[in-house]
Amino acid sequence: MKRLLQIEFQKLWQNRMSKFLIIAYFSLLTSIALIAAIKFDIGPIKFHLAEQGIFNFPYIWHFNTFVASFFKLFLAIIIISMVANEYSNRTLKQNLIDGLSKKEFIYSKFLMVIVFSIISTVFVFIISLLLGIGYSDYTEVGIIFSELEFILAYFIKHIGFFSFCLFIGMLVKRSAFALGFLIIWNFIEWIIYGLLFWNFGKGSTYPDTILSFFPFRSMSNLIDEPFSRLSAVKAIASQVGEDLNYDYAVHWFEVAIVGVWTFLFIYGAYKLLLKRDL
Amino acid sequence: MSETILSIKNLNKSYGTLQAVKDLSFTIKKGNVYGILGPNGSGKSTTLGIALNVVNKTSGEFSWFNNTVSTHDALKKVGAIIEHPNFYPYMSAYDNLKLVCKIKGISSDIINSKLELVGLLDRKDSKFKAFSLGMKQRLAIASALLNDPEILILDEPTNGLDPQGIHQIRALITEIASKGTTILLASHLLDEVEKVCSHAVILRKGVKIYEGRVDELIATKGFFELNATKKEALLDFLNNHTAFGSIKEEEGKIIALLKEDLCPEELNKVLSEKGIFVSHLVKRKESLENQFLQLTNNK
Repeated sequence: MKRLLQIEFQKLWQNRMSKFLIIAYFSLLTSIALIAAIKFDIGPIKFHLAEQGIFNFPYIWHFNTFVASFFKLFLAIIIISMVANEYSNRTLKQNLIDGLSKKEFIYSKFLMVIVFSIISTVFVFIISLLLGIGYSDYTEVGIIFSELEFILAYFIKHIGFFSFCLFIGMLVKRSAFALGFLIIWNFIEWIIYGLLFWNFGKGSTYPDTILSFFPFRSMSNLIDEPFSRLSAVKAIASQVGEDLNYDYAVHWFEVAIVGVWTFLFIYGAYKLLLKRDL
Repeated sequence: MSETILSIKNLNKSYGTLQAVKDLSFTIKKGNVYGILGPNGSGKSTTLGIALNVVNKTSGEFSWFNNTVSTHDALKKVGAIIEHPNFYPYMSAYDNLKLVCKIKGISSDIINSKLELVGLLDRKDSKFKAFSLGMKQRLAIASALLNDPEILILDEPTNGLDPQGIHQIRALITEIASKGTTILLASHLLDEVEKVCSHAVILRKGVKIYEGRVDELIATKGFFELNATKKEALLDFLNNHTAFGSIKEEEGKIIALLKEDLCPEELNKVLSEKGIFVSHLVKRKESLENQFLQLTNNK
């Protein structure tokens, strides 16, 4: 395992593009902390975002994991190109000839998916912890470490998403097309959702249930949007007569669906490699 | 019996309706230099690709080192270059070789000596993408030699190179062969094979048409090219001589194939005794190229 990690690490770190993207990604993650600095002070209107409760434990776990997820596109580019480039440079063929087995090849790529997910998760955990300690109204240990399932969900979500990228990279073999495919797939899920909605009519739960089995939707279901949990938003909503009490928890079946997808993607990538003549 | 390195048994490979390799069997023994010959598209690269685990066989078997290790472990003891040198363009020559060392699980101490062997030591920190094709090919050879392989597999190693590059690569192959490394060289360049190889496997449309020693393949007694003013008398003499087989005329010269050994001095002497004075007399050996063309056209 150490050998495979060393191999992958050399491939990535010596590539200027991926090095740049990795650095950019972690810089952007850190920049979440800058939200704390958002402050309006226009005469009578004083607004300091950090004081609106977004950094309160345990809400911060939910909020930060949700926001940080948007940046994963940077790592998606890296994952896709680290697979697709092996095809375009024909180094995949050379790696196999040099004595790497097909299993080891997929395993080494999957290891990178895990490594990126772990680092990203740890990073978000530390930033949230520090921000929380700095701005949260509650700093009791019991509250700080409650709702940590969002961190787990963040981790699972990233593993699932990067595995999808790995599979697409393997399937399409070209970075640009693979990235395009990823975006188109996102649209496809929305179109299917729209069709289902149109079919079952408003008020039906079928569209959401069916879509929760699709890759992107199942991943985004892991961490629901956190904004309507904010007391300020709730207050406004109740004034206009909307009830925003919704189910934002991380459910085991949501984790399970993403887990199954992850397995299918990695297994599929392996099967593809086995079947192909290079 | 020397050790078997690679044995291929009844190998078949189809791409859709096209059968690239048909029921192919041969063995590679330690210490010999093999040439796989065949016109373009005869299945050479496909066969090597199958043995190197990058192409899936349709049916049949192959085994490395008498099946003592798995294919990918066997490949760690093999050095192979397929068609085009494939490396990471953004890495330096040295780093590319370091990566190969990691894959093969060997120490990277020997990189410099291998780079020196192929004459790239002074360019070891240059990026691969800045290399010329000849340099890339030499780097590929250095990479294939990193593990001091049991067998070196070269697929068209001089393809696309300029004459200088071709010469350098050939000199390298000869040098490596002289050290006793088993070599498997796939090529359609016959003089290349003739110069370097001791054994040959000839393929045509995926079918093996010859397997054996190169010198046996070209082991004819040779032939005479003759001409004389008294052509009729000369032809008459040749037709009646027991040492000659078929006799034909080509481009104004008489080509007489030998059945028995006959030296030119002897022939000249007998002819002059008969009063036939030749204006042209050359004894030649059949080239591998002629043999090859005959073999590949006949069937």
